[in-house]
Amino acid sequence: MSYSELIKNFEKVRAYMRDFYVYGFKSRNEFNAKSLRSYDDERRRIESWLGDYMRFKRTSEGKNVFISIDSRNIHENPFYKAWKSKTFTDGDITLHFAIFDILHSPEIHKTLNELIEDIDCLLDSKISFDESTLRKKLKEYVQEGIIKAEKKGRKIYYSRSLTIDISNYQDVIDFYSEVAPCGVIGSFLKDKLDKHDGIFLFKHHYITQAIDSEIMVKAFLAMSEHHYITVKGYHRHQKETKKLSLVPLKIYISAQNGRQYLMAYEEKTDKINSYRLDYLTDMQIEEKVCLNFEYLRQKLNDSEKYMWGVSFWRKDEKLERVEFDIFVQNDEDYIIRRLEREKRCGRVYKIDDKHYHFVAEVFDAREMFPWLRTFISRIVKINFSNNETEKLFKDDLKKMYEIYEIDEVEDESI
Amino acid sequence: MNLFNEIYSVYYQTVAKIITEAFKDGVREKDLEDLVMKEAFSESFLTILPSLKSQRWPLLDDDLKPVLKHIPSMPLSTLEKRWLKAISLDPRIKLFKLDFSSLNGIEPLFTAEDYRIYDQYNDGDKYDDERYINNFNMIKKAINEDRAIIVKMNNRHGEFVKLHFYPKGFEYSLKDDKIRIIAEGCHYRYFNLARIIECDYYDEDFSNEKYRDDKKKELQLMIYDGRNTLERAMLHFAHFEKEAERQDDGNYLLYLKYYEYDETEILIRVLSFGPYIKVIEPDSFIKLIKERLIKQRNCEL
Repeated sequence: MSYSELIKNFEKVRAYMRDFYVYGFKSRNEFNAKSLRSYDDERRRIESWLGDYMRFKRTSEGKNVFISIDSRNIHENPFYKAWKSKTFTDGDITLHFAIFDILHSPEIHKTLNELIEDIDCLLDSKISFDESTLRKKLKEYVQEGIIKAEKKGRKIYYSRSLTIDISNYQDVIDFYSEVAPCGVIGSFLKDKLDKHDGIFLFKHHYITQAIDSEIMVKAFLAMSEHHYITVKGYHRHQKETKKLSLVPLKIYISAQNGRQYLMAYEEKTDKINSYRLDYLTDMQIEEKVCLNFEYLRQKLNDSEKYMWGVSFWRKDEKLERVEFDIFVQNDEDYIIRRLEREKRCGRVYKIDDKHYHFVAEVFDAREMFPWLRTFISRIVKINFSNNETEKLFKDDLKKMYEIYEIDEVEDESI
Repeated sequence: MNLFNEIYSVYYQTVAKIITEAFKDGVREKDLEDLVMKEAFSESFLTILPSLKSQRWPLLDDDLKPVLKHIPSMPLSTLEKRWLKAISLDPRIKLFKLDFSSLNGIEPLFTAEDYRIYDQYNDGDKYDDERYINNFNMIKKAINEDRAIIVKMNNRHGEFVKLHFYPKGFEYSLKDDKIRIIAEGCHYRYFNLARIIECDYYDEDFSNEKYRDDKKKELQLMIYDGRNTLERAMLHFAHFEKEAERQDDGNYLLYLKYYEYDETEILIRVLSFGPYIKVIEPDSFIKLIKERLIKQRNCEL
């Protein structure tokens, strides 16, 4: 088949986009899971959508393609373009414009046969559509909510759905299409508005999350009616993909590390687990409804006071306690403010004017390591109830001293 | 409801714009070609106009006039309405002072119960504060009118100050949950919106002072791929302009660019990876890391 900028299956391009953007050091030959022809086509497509941000580098392993974007300097997530690349037939696009031209106002109602005649007349019979093609298209549009079907007597009348005037919502859409979940939908709305200069920029903006939007939309749709889902999940440790039957309970989003998770209940194991959205594919919303949804969600909500990140209660395991004391100089009030605003499920106590105490009980103390290390230079005492975890933290610290060649205690007391 | 649907495609959008343009008198083929270049993907010119001209998509006649009778339009889809409804329920929406009653009766796509930003700082801006909302809207107006403003505010040290500058935009951080004003004509580049007590237009002449440097600096990091650090680090630093390189020993070099005024933040973010990331360059950054480690070692831990 000849090359096209458009694609039928988003999944195919999803992995490439992540590899190019997040990693960027893989050469063409390493994309061996797929054929080289496929690699060339996907690279060309992504270049066609994101041309300005694509970079190339020649290494001993071959040519590397990567995407480099300082997301702080862009008004709109460029990955949204990928969601606007769905393929279609000549008939699809022609029919689309013809249907909405005939049904140009919500007051116009037409039967299927009337529409066929009108379309034929409008297009001067240059392209004709049979009953079944038009019926199928109208059914699709009814499902998308852009066409209304009403039965009057024995006949079904079609009309365009009522719309909403969004011309005043420019700034709202600009803002939320970058900060709200499923922001790509905001980008679809933006396409309907006149082009304008945006007034918002975004710091700490993880734009790669956009490519997982479909999984998130389906998870929200399933949650709203308490449906089960089936989904393929990649297990990083086992390096295999498994088909899972889950009850989606909540989406967890990180504003600090770019990850998004689905918190879901698995009946088979009777556990609530976290699943990385970027490791999930082929999500289907099932007919089956979970009668315990409210109970399970409440169980998750109640557990949040012990969740630093996304690790959840494991059977027969105890909560882990983490405590540390830090030293704060007179002019370092910002450190106290940091502790207070970043403490999540922990508690902060003042010991004296120069020392503060932090304590938290959590399911998984290791999730706290990255945050704890941000206080390096001022941790005067640290204790973990889990000895292994404490040893790991302290060994890591020793390794840091080693790699930066920090000798024994130097004369720079605090 | 499908997210990946041709009704949202760039091609459909571009064809709608071409037809709209073709309704105007005196439109030339070149104008339509330019429109494709501006609106669609970089290789779309090979398909869109040729398909319309060849009548594969019989929506324009031989003179490039529309065969349609009306300017193309499509109502909002259910997905779009449900997303709009969801954002209309967000606490930050109060900033925009808009009426969403047209969305009455529509189910939101998600609510605050359906998701959680689990590592967001807890001292975010107060989006229901009337003064904050009014200041936001006043500054938004000044940005759109390209006018200078004078602000009275408490700076980060709690001191009362008066400043004037040109507001050029807003910067929002999901991590901080704060809006900052992007300023020009002033020594400082950013101001926290929440610190502003009062603001108004400033019509006096003033010397356009150059703001403090927003020079970018480069950092070279070595990533040792233990405990899934490679993936964690690449994702963590994904929002920077960056480049990665694999080394012969199986480790990875990461080059990233950051703004000088964000150095402390970058420093603690690098530290958060522990011994799995080592700073290779510049020496000045290595020195900062070492200073912290020396102080830590002095704490006898």
